[in-house]
Formats: sequence, C-alpha cells, structure tokens
Amino acid sequence: MIELHTPLTAEKLKDLRAGDRVLLSGTVYTARDAAHKRMLEQLDRGEPLPFDLQDATIYFVGPTPTKPGERFGSGGPTTSGRMDRYSPALLDLGLRAMIGKGKRDDAVKAAVVRNGAVYFGAIGGAAAVIAACVQSCEVIAYPDLGPEAVRRLEIENMELTVILDPVGGDLYETGRAAYLQAAGK
Amino acid sequence: MRELTCTAVSAAVRQLCIDANYHLPPDVEARICACRAAEPWPLAQATLATIEENLEIARKGVFPICQDTGMACVFLEVGQEVHFTGGSLTDAVNEGVRQGYADGYLRKSIVDDPLFDRKNTGDNTPAVIHTELVPGDGLKITVAPKGFGSENMCRTRMLKPSDGVEGLRRFVLEAVEQAGPNPCPPLVIGVGVGGNFETVALLAKKAMLRPADAAHPDPRYAALEQELLAAVNALGIGPAGYGGQTTALSLHIASAPTHIAGMPAAVSICCHVARHKEAVL
Ligand code: SF4
Repeated sequence: MIELHTPLTAEKLKDLRAGDRVLLSGTVYTARDAAHKRMLEQLDRGEPLPFDLQDATIYFVGPTPTKPGERFGSGGPTTSGRMDRYSPALLDLGLRAMIGKGKRDDAVKAAVVRNGAVYFGAIGGAAAVIAACVQSCEVIAYPDLGPEAVRRLEIENMELTVILDPVGGDLYETGRAAYLQAAGK
Repeated sequence: MRELTCTAVSAAVRQLCIDANYHLPPDVEARICACRAAEPWPLAQATLATIEENLEIARKGVFPICQDTGMACVFLEVGQEVHFTGGSLTDAVNEGVRQGYADGYLRKSIVDDPLFDRKNTGDNTPAVIHTELVPGDGLKITVAPKGFGSENMCRTRMLKPSDGVEGLRRFVLEAVEQAGPNPCPPLVIGVGVGGNFETVALLAKKAMLRPADAAHPDPRYAALEQELLAAVNALGIGPAGYGGQTTALSLHIASAPTHIAGMPAAVSICCHVARHKEAVL
C-alpha cells in the first residue's frame, strides 16, 4: 500500500498507476451532482468556491446522518459518472484527485492526464468500513442540500485503488483484461 | 373479516426499513462468502473480504450497510379478508418509512419533482408501494430499499418472439456489460420475461428478491438461470469492477404469459447490498 497525504500535488501523484492501492490521509471535500452544479454556477458568476481547489481532493459521497456520539455516518462512494460534465472544469482549475466509483467519460480521462491528476476508487457499498477512517466531518457549504451539502472530512488511512492514473491508465480496462487473460478466457 | 390497525402497519414498516439497512439477508451474505472462497483473483478476493467486513460492522447497528439507504420499495400482499382501520393503508406505509428513516439515521434520498424542482422531501417518502390482493386474512410486508447506483443500470426491452432464448441472453449480457463497475458489483440480477410493458419490470424486480438458492420451478428456466449466471461471470468485470470471477452472486428469472406478438424482457440489477426484509401481520 502506498501512503499519501493531502494536499495531493501532481508531483506526489506522478508515479501512481492504475491498480495501485493507496492509503489516503488528510482533508477531502464531499460533493455530489447538486453541489457540483452550484459550484460551477458560482464560478460562472465569478464567486469564490467553498474551498480552495488547488491540489484538493473531492469525494463523491452523500453520507447517512451522523448518529449522536459518532464522527460520521456511513459514507461510501456514489456513481462518479454523474459528475462527468463538471469534473474537467474543476480539474483544470487545480482539483487534483477525485474519489468515487464507476466509469468516467473521455473528457474526464483527458483532463486527468492533462492535469497530472488521479481518479481513485473506493469500494461501492463498503460504506460502514469507510466511515471508520473519518476523523471529523463539518458541513462547509450548501447545508440546504442535506446529504448533498459540501463537507470537509479529515480522513486517516482511507483504502483506495487508483482507477485513472496520470498517464492514461484505466483499471476498469486493464484489471478486467488481466484477470481474463490469467483465467484463459 | 380481520381488522388490522394502520398503526400496526406503520410500526412494522418502520422496523423493516431499519433492519433491512443494517442486516443483509442471510442468503445474500452466504453467497458473498462462498464467492470469496471460490474467487481466484487476489484483488477480487480482497474486495469481497472488505465487503464482508462491512457487513460485520453494519450488523452492530450504528452504521448502515450503504450510505444510499435507497428508495423504499414496499410490497404488500394483502389478504382479501383484511380490513384496515384508523386511516389509509398508503399513509400508514409512508408513516412507517418516515419513522424508520428518521429513527434509523438513514439517508433521505427522495426528491419531490423529478424534472424541475428536485427538492428533497426530507423524510424519504413517498415510498414505492406495490399491492397485491391474495386469499386469506394476513398481511405480508416486504421492504426492499434500493439504491440508485444499481437502479440506474436496470433495463426494459420489448424483444420479439423470434429473438428467443438467444435474444434474451444477449440482452442480459449487454445490460451487465454496459453497467460495468457502476452498480457496485458483485450483482444480484433479476430477469423478467413475458407479461407486458409495465409488468415485466416488476417481474424482474421480484425475481431479484428471490432467495439466492431458489431456482425457477420450470427446469428449462432453472437451467437458463445457471447458464446466464455463468455467462455473466465470464465477463470478468469482478467485484467493484476491478476484474475477477465474481461479477454476479445470483441470477433469477421470473416468467409470465404474454401476447402472441411479443416477448417483453427486463433486467433488474442490484448491487451486493441487496436489501430486503419481510414481516407477516
Ligand atoms: S449501488 Fe448499492 S452498494 Fe452501490 S452505492 Fe448504491 S446502494 Fe450502495
């Protein structure tokens, strides 16, 4: 496992390759489609975003409500493809890593390579396991969006797998192909 | 005539919503364990182990299995001798969902208007309710919360009679292939064939809710279930889509009579968090 700490600069990510397993610690920001839509609208109006995008990591998640006495609810990744129309613009403005699950389109793949960024996969449905690595959670924007509000999370050793890497690798293609080859299919 | 109070219905639905979101049905969990034991690909095995660990944590009742605690899909088998007192049955079900999602700290994921407002209703209602009249004086309630990562990957298609078994096979494989990693594989798949446009999707969903080891009573369909499951797993998508043998945990078919001119088909795709809980009142 490769240990990484935010902020994630292109330098820190340049040797990562699709399929690498990573333990990520530091600060990540949560956002789903509704929050992305608002962020892009704010950018259009020339307003500042709720957090600094430079070398930032966005986690596509809408957690369950936090129970009293807990730090976080369950919070596994949501389907990233719904953010495809927003991600390239954010990557070009400094966003360096995304955490989610599922396929991305060609525009996102190109923006990942162009910016030396990475798209990490978290295991969909492993939401209770992921909750354990969240140290703190604070809503920092759009509270009216409920589970879709933007939150700042402090995480420790979140287990991730590199899906899209800075040189154009895609685990969804190579992982499957390697398995099929090994299985002789 | 037997009387059932709406309060009793709400209380049952409330508990089922909570239980379903913290405890996976034992047959689904058993399939996950069996598939991990049989999985030859290391990354796939590790992913399945994490999924099992997740179920262990969720079982303790603090963290739901998945953050997408779903749209509450409620099946009611209402005995025709039952009379509900103290309000409307629909309201009683929605009240149960409201209480369950609040008290269980489950995520509220329903928006009021699909196209324009998309404003969260704040209590996860309304539920999707399917009511069936059956003989007797009981009420069977099944709550099946369904996340939309997998719901978005479901398909319906009006196949032609001449498409036959081969057409159905192609449709199923195409649906799973297109879904790829998005619906959080390993999957639980329900295939519906027959009926008409609006019933075939429901057939597929009901097939998806069948216990993992319950084969179709007709041996021809049962054999096709086996064959399609093997074909799906030969795709190599694997757990989380990272590659591997375990793309689906189970596959069931539900069939129904149809028109001479058609062969409607539907593929209901669910993630490994294939939640449902039943109660009989
Ligand atoms: S598809 Fe299933 S496992 Fe994946 S996020 Fe949705 S509910 Fe959770």
